[in-house]
Amino acid sequence: MNLIKYTFLITSFLFLLIKNSFACEIKARVSVVGNEFPAIQTVGAGAKKCKGAEVKTNLTADHQKINVAGMSSEPAEYTSAIVANTSIVALLNNDLIRPLDDLVKKHGSKLKKNQLITINGKVMAVAFMANAQHLVYRKDILEKLNISVPKTYEEMLSAAKKIRASGLAKNPVGGAYKAGWNLAQEFNNMFIGYGGKHFKGNTPEPNVNSDAGKKALNMMKSLSEYMNPDFLTHDSNATNAEFRAGNVILMNMWGSRAATLTDADGVSDAVKKGMDIAGPMTVGGGNIPASTLFWDGWTVAKKISDAEAEATFIAMMNAIDPSIIKDDKVRKQAVWLLDGYTPTDAARGVFAAAKMNTTPYPMLPYAGLMHSAIGAEIADFMQGKENAKKTLSDIEDAYRAAAKEKGFL
Amino acid sequence: MKHKTFFWFILPTFLAMLIFIFLPIISVVLQSVHTPHENVLITVENCDPFGCKKVTSIDHEATKNLNQSEPLGKFVGLDIYFDRGHLAIENFKLIWENSENIFSFVQSLSNLPFYKAVFFTLTFTFTVTPIMLLLGLLIALGVNSISKKLRGIVIFFSLLPMIVTPLIGSIILFWMIDSRGIIGNLIQWLFDDPNLSLKASTTLTWIMLIVYGVWHAIPFSFIVFYAGLQTVPKDQLESAKIDGANKFEEVIYIIIPHLMPLITFVTLMQLMDNFRVFEPIVGFSAEAHATSLSWIIFNDLGGETRQLSAAATSSILTIIGVIILLSPVLIRTWKDFKFKK
Repeated sequence: MNLIKYTFLITSFLFLLIKNSFACEIKARVSVVGNEFPAIQTVGAGAKKCKGAEVKTNLTADHQKINVAGMSSEPAEYTSAIVANTSIVALLNNDLIRPLDDLVKKHGSKLKKNQLITINGKVMAVAFMANAQHLVYRKDILEKLNISVPKTYEEMLSAAKKIRASGLAKNPVGGAYKAGWNLAQEFNNMFIGYGGKHFKGNTPEPNVNSDAGKKALNMMKSLSEYMNPDFLTHDSNATNAEFRAGNVILMNMWGSRAATLTDADGVSDAVKKGMDIAGPMTVGGGNIPASTLFWDGWTVAKKISDAEAEATFIAMMNAIDPSIIKDDKVRKQAVWLLDGYTPTDAARGVFAAAKMNTTPYPMLPYAGLMHSAIGAEIADFMQGKENAKKTLSDIEDAYRAAAKEKGFL
Repeated sequence: MKHKTFFWFILPTFLAMLIFIFLPIISVVLQSVHTPHENVLITVENCDPFGCKKVTSIDHEATKNLNQSEPLGKFVGLDIYFDRGHLAIENFKLIWENSENIFSFVQSLSNLPFYKAVFFTLTFTFTVTPIMLLLGLLIALGVNSISKKLRGIVIFFSLLPMIVTPLIGSIILFWMIDSRGIIGNLIQWLFDDPNLSLKASTTLTWIMLIVYGVWHAIPFSFIVFYAGLQTVPKDQLESAKIDGANKFEEVIYIIIPHLMPLITFVTLMQLMDNFRVFEPIVGFSAEAHATSLSWIIFNDLGGETRQLSAAATSSILTIIGVIILLSPVLIRTWKDFKFKK
């Protein structure tokens, strides 16, 4: 009898211990909105493990269209938004997220200093991963044709020429050139690579109508001649599909997609074994890569009660607990900024980007307006309907009209 | 109907229209003549995983009071209507002065986002509507003349394009016409040009969108006309036959005049529907080649920028466009009505 009693007592005690060590107890509701790529799915699932109150997640590619509206109401529907340095701007502009300094002091002992995104001295977001675009290529094909791995876009062009001439691929270059956000991002990369600055000093005055702008456009046009003729409809998903099918040999692709690129069904062994990654390329003899650095992190809404904010912070801290990267599958999903992370093979590209002093995407209140103006106006140039000069002045005009409306100019 | 009865009869509809149509339009009009207040910009130091940097940011404390006292924003009158994103009065003048002929004028004008969208929207509306009316009538006549046993199944299949959600339908077609898809490949083989791509050429994209628009809209006109055909008086057709009219003359002189009110109805509905063309542009990822007024509104509202005033202005301009487009048909109906009275 005694034995049974003791065993029962000890097991329940052990259960308590185990429960406490993993426990994530929250006392108020948590609701998260964010993008849907693998690493963010992991974070969302981590937040959901918390007990004590309801945890909801809404992870969708359309997160930027809904997060501002979902955090504007009183109280906000979403208590946290997972954002990047591009999408945090809209939340900052509308004053929808709260400073986290107190909560970091209270619950953030596991955070490293470089994870804290501070704006004017206040912590506004907690970053958990880094991202950048870099070269993804087919090692087997390059070796077969005796081409060295391109380090510049000029080398990429000459490699593309050789590959096409060899007949191994008709359109060997890939790129997310879909009109709109993707196309504008590729222009930003190239423009920064040529040493361009989007704005005049610290003012909202546009500055893309320059020599760097012209060169960037011409380089994009030259590259597009080696792309699938439908390139203006290809986003990163479609470009990756072309790579998986073996049609694309060289492409500039997101680090966050590199790890799982060839995991899909029906990818041939040649592509699976031949795929390799390298750092971002430079252009025009410059030493800054033609790429931009991104971080992904989470924020806490302003228009919620302090109890909800605390619960959200605890749940999100649990989601990015350094223990999650012990799992190899999770570790390879991203370049984690968490304590104890050692880079996997898939992270080499982003690491190289950081090492080469790639420019981070600017967190400026009017950067989004410039981005959409670029995305809308470049399509005409890419189709050969107008020259670079006209396109660049169109971008500035379109940006000016939008910036005036939003009260920046 | 007595006035009192009429009043009680129409009241629920009237209230619903007031709440769900009239009031929202008023709010959109208000939004379109206001913009957000000017932002007070400050330089602050931001730090992220990649280091610290001095950047420009919005001073929320400074703009807070202004936003609270005038939550609608700054009154700007018709400024947004005349800016480059909409009617672009200044650019319009410049282009008018610098163009040598009407062709170059239209070409330069289509570089401006609003006019580019208007050109496509109008082309789409005025090609899809007549083609769809004609084909719908032909299919209705065809179905009406086949054996009754087969009719049910034929009608079912003819209605399918309308049952498919526009966005889904266009995405399916988008992959079929891809240069590696079944239709795209067939076209390359037919024209013996391995580089031919429907998605890379503006003209072909427009044709594709128009073909899709017709495909999607035919069932509507077909089913309305088919219902109308069941009411064509038999004695008139018989007397026409006795007078020696052939099938074609029967259609022209008896069936079409009989269906005229339905044709007006379908035209009205389709003019409105086609003027707000939207889903195919998203589904076909066609924004590089073709944009419509509805697409502009969607684009302004989505994403990081959220240009509410610009979207409101485009909405009002779209409403004005619909009114202009429908006015000839409405005036005609009104005249007919008065004439009958």
